[in-house]
Amino acid sequence: MQPRRQKRLFAIVLVIGLLTGAVAAMLYALQQNIDLFYTPSQLVDGLGESKIKPQVGQRLRIGGMVVEGSVKRDPDSLKVSFDLVDTGPLVTVIYEGILPDLFREGQGIVAQGVLQDATTIKASEVLAKHDEEYMPPEVADALKGIKHVPPSQQPVSGSYE
Amino acid sequence: MIVEAGQLALTFAFALSLLLAIIPLYGSFVANQRMLLLAKPLALGQFLFCLLAMLALIYAFRTNDFTVVNVAQNSSSTLPWYYQITASFGSHEGSMLLWVLMLAGWTALVAQFSKALPLLLLGRILGILGVICVGFIAFSLFMSNPFERSLPFFPVEGRDLNPLLQDFGMIMHPPTLYMGYVGFAVAFAFAIAALMGGRFDSVWARWVRPWALAAWLFLTLGIMLGSWWAYNELGWGGWWFWDPVENASFMPWLAGTALIHSLAVTEKRGTFKSWTVLLALAAFALSLVGAFLVRSGVLVSVHSFATDPGRGMYLLVFLLLMVGGSLLLYGMRMNSVRSQARYQLFSREMMLWGNNIFLLTACLIVFLGTLFPLFHKELGLGSISIGEPFFNQMFYYLTIPFALMLGLGPWVRWKQQQFTPLVKPLGLVFVAALILALGVLASMQSVQANLALLGMLLGAWVGVSALAEVMLRMRQFGSVTQGLTKLNASHYGMTLAHIGFAVLVIGVAMTKTYTEERDVRMQEGDTATLAGYQFTLVDVYDLDGANYGGQAAELDVRKDGRYVTHLHAEKRFYRIQRTIMTEAAVHARLSRDLYVSLGEELPGNAWALRIQVKPFVRWIWLGGLLMSLGALLALADKRYRRKMPPATKQEVANA
Repeated sequence: MQPRRQKRLFAIVLVIGLLTGAVAAMLYALQQNIDLFYTPSQLVDGLGESKIKPQVGQRLRIGGMVVEGSVKRDPDSLKVSFDLVDTGPLVTVIYEGILPDLFREGQGIVAQGVLQDATTIKASEVLAKHDEEYMPPEVADALKGIKHVPPSQQPVSGSYE
Repeated sequence: MIVEAGQLALTFAFALSLLLAIIPLYGSFVANQRMLLLAKPLALGQFLFCLLAMLALIYAFRTNDFTVVNVAQNSSSTLPWYYQITASFGSHEGSMLLWVLMLAGWTALVAQFSKALPLLLLGRILGILGVICVGFIAFSLFMSNPFERSLPFFPVEGRDLNPLLQDFGMIMHPPTLYMGYVGFAVAFAFAIAALMGGRFDSVWARWVRPWALAAWLFLTLGIMLGSWWAYNELGWGGWWFWDPVENASFMPWLAGTALIHSLAVTEKRGTFKSWTVLLALAAFALSLVGAFLVRSGVLVSVHSFATDPGRGMYLLVFLLLMVGGSLLLYGMRMNSVRSQARYQLFSREMMLWGNNIFLLTACLIVFLGTLFPLFHKELGLGSISIGEPFFNQMFYYLTIPFALMLGLGPWVRWKQQQFTPLVKPLGLVFVAALILALGVLASMQSVQANLALLGMLLGAWVGVSALAEVMLRMRQFGSVTQGLTKLNASHYGMTLAHIGFAVLVIGVAMTKTYTEERDVRMQEGDTATLAGYQFTLVDVYDLDGANYGGQAAELDVRKDGRYVTHLHAEKRFYRIQRTIMTEAAVHARLSRDLYVSLGEELPGNAWALRIQVKPFVRWIWLGGLLMSLGALLALADKRYRRKMPPATKQEVANA
């Protein structure tokens, strides 16, 4: 082969090799980092047609409405626990840290964490969108037909007025 | 009245863009000089009317005209005047008008500052920009009219601007970012025009380079400002979240970075032609993908605008038409283009080619990570999210070889480079970088085998290498002082941008490794210690701002008993929007930030506070700033303003 062709062949092989390696590494990393989203009833009943339930220790996301009156705080630390609901069973989320500004009872939130037992999640992060009407779209799907009362239409009980 | 005038101005702009999209392009095929000459006044007129439309919208916001839906939903009479102006591009409709204005602005700039371009080429470029303008002005006019009125029923008070957007960063961030996004339309138009003519050479590359650089400059600055804004305004000390919308701006940035490097090869060596054209198409296509992702609502993000499937569909169709059309043209024309230059395996061409491979791999990673959840959901496999660890891990693997190569690249000659002459200088650079990195870490008593060490080493390698290279080049002109003026501005620009990258890498690695963070429960008088700093909560009291209330906390910070600073953190409650915002207290130094945010009120007269000490976090934005400055310097290079040599002019005119 001419040296010019040889060089080109080498370059092409190098590109293909790098690309294959990169894509393989990417897919592997992707697989490690997928967090499936559950609503409380999906968590209890299983997800999809085959009703797959998450395993204890699995990383996941849960989204639901915070149950009124379920927020319990530890008096001496920032530990907090609350229940989430969509259409049926309750799921408990425990978290240590500062809740987001828009965290309110009756509001939709998403928590990222690890499943501790069948209905308890230890959250590493709690997200609430900067929009008071916000509900995670997945929860909105699950809640079809159930009326969500935005906080603006609820009696005000905060200390911010 | 003014609002209707704005609407009318936008309609006129639409008509002019239609003419601009048709006449010069048609003229270029029938070789009608008068048609081609029309391109410039049409482009300027279009910009003028877009500007009038934007001014009319700003007028509506300043006069609190709540009969306009856009104003009623995004402004209020209590909003400070400067935020009333920025509110005009805070919503989807307003930001789309800003986007259109920027696009028309770039078109006008090309029309104004391209005296050296052959008439035929300029006509085609402006015509293609006109086609893009038609798409976006029509979108603004028919799908998201910013001037829509809600008469006869209208509110007496507006719903106020989203408090997140009430920040200085927000004044600057969207215009710069859009300048960047839309700026790649110019490179795109140059590429398409060249594809039509079938002519690519160094001259073409020299024409495109400043435009691509300018777009890249704005995009870099815009992304940096966005990161800075998120850090200050989201209140929790994060500076990059791998949020779909951030990713949407990052993808064109990566493609654009690859483009400006590939353009260097095309200009200097007349090769990589088809590759450069493809990158020019890709950079703008990715900007369009970004616009689609942000505005269609297919991805959920803190940034996303109100969702509307119709708008998403319009943008998707527009995107597919642009990408499909340009790729078709590319496929038809590009196989006839051959690069003649020869180069060896170890040459600057190959180094820049490697740079492109890494940047595009990074782009692919971001693309996959951003769109994978979408595919997953559409395939019925359930909703998922791709965690930050995925991106962090992938970029960790990519940055190491990329930075190693970046330290080497500028030393390597075009065509072919021998190893031996580089061994000594690069060996010295390596030793200097090693000493510098270890020295800095040792002074902080934190030499450990961790990410910070790696980042420091890579950063020092890139930075020292860039400096040493520029010194060596100067010495080639005799003394350093003589060389100072002899080197091209673009060479300094490159060096500065590479140093910026080094600074960025150091900032990211140090912040990631040594950030300390604690959520604490504090009563007045309590002290919390973090990273050697003692934070004392002095006072918490009620706030009364123009359009917000809330609480403020006062803290004193001491280190080893000595007073460092006083911090003032707020938790604001915006009355009209009924949202709570955390205004963090930040004490910034080059070596570290102290960051305190006030959380909720807890039972027992206590408050939740998040305290963070973030070493080197400023370096992240400093790095971005240096990169933009580098681009600015490169833009100042005289050769982009040189008159065309007559021979080449003839050559291109015949194309």
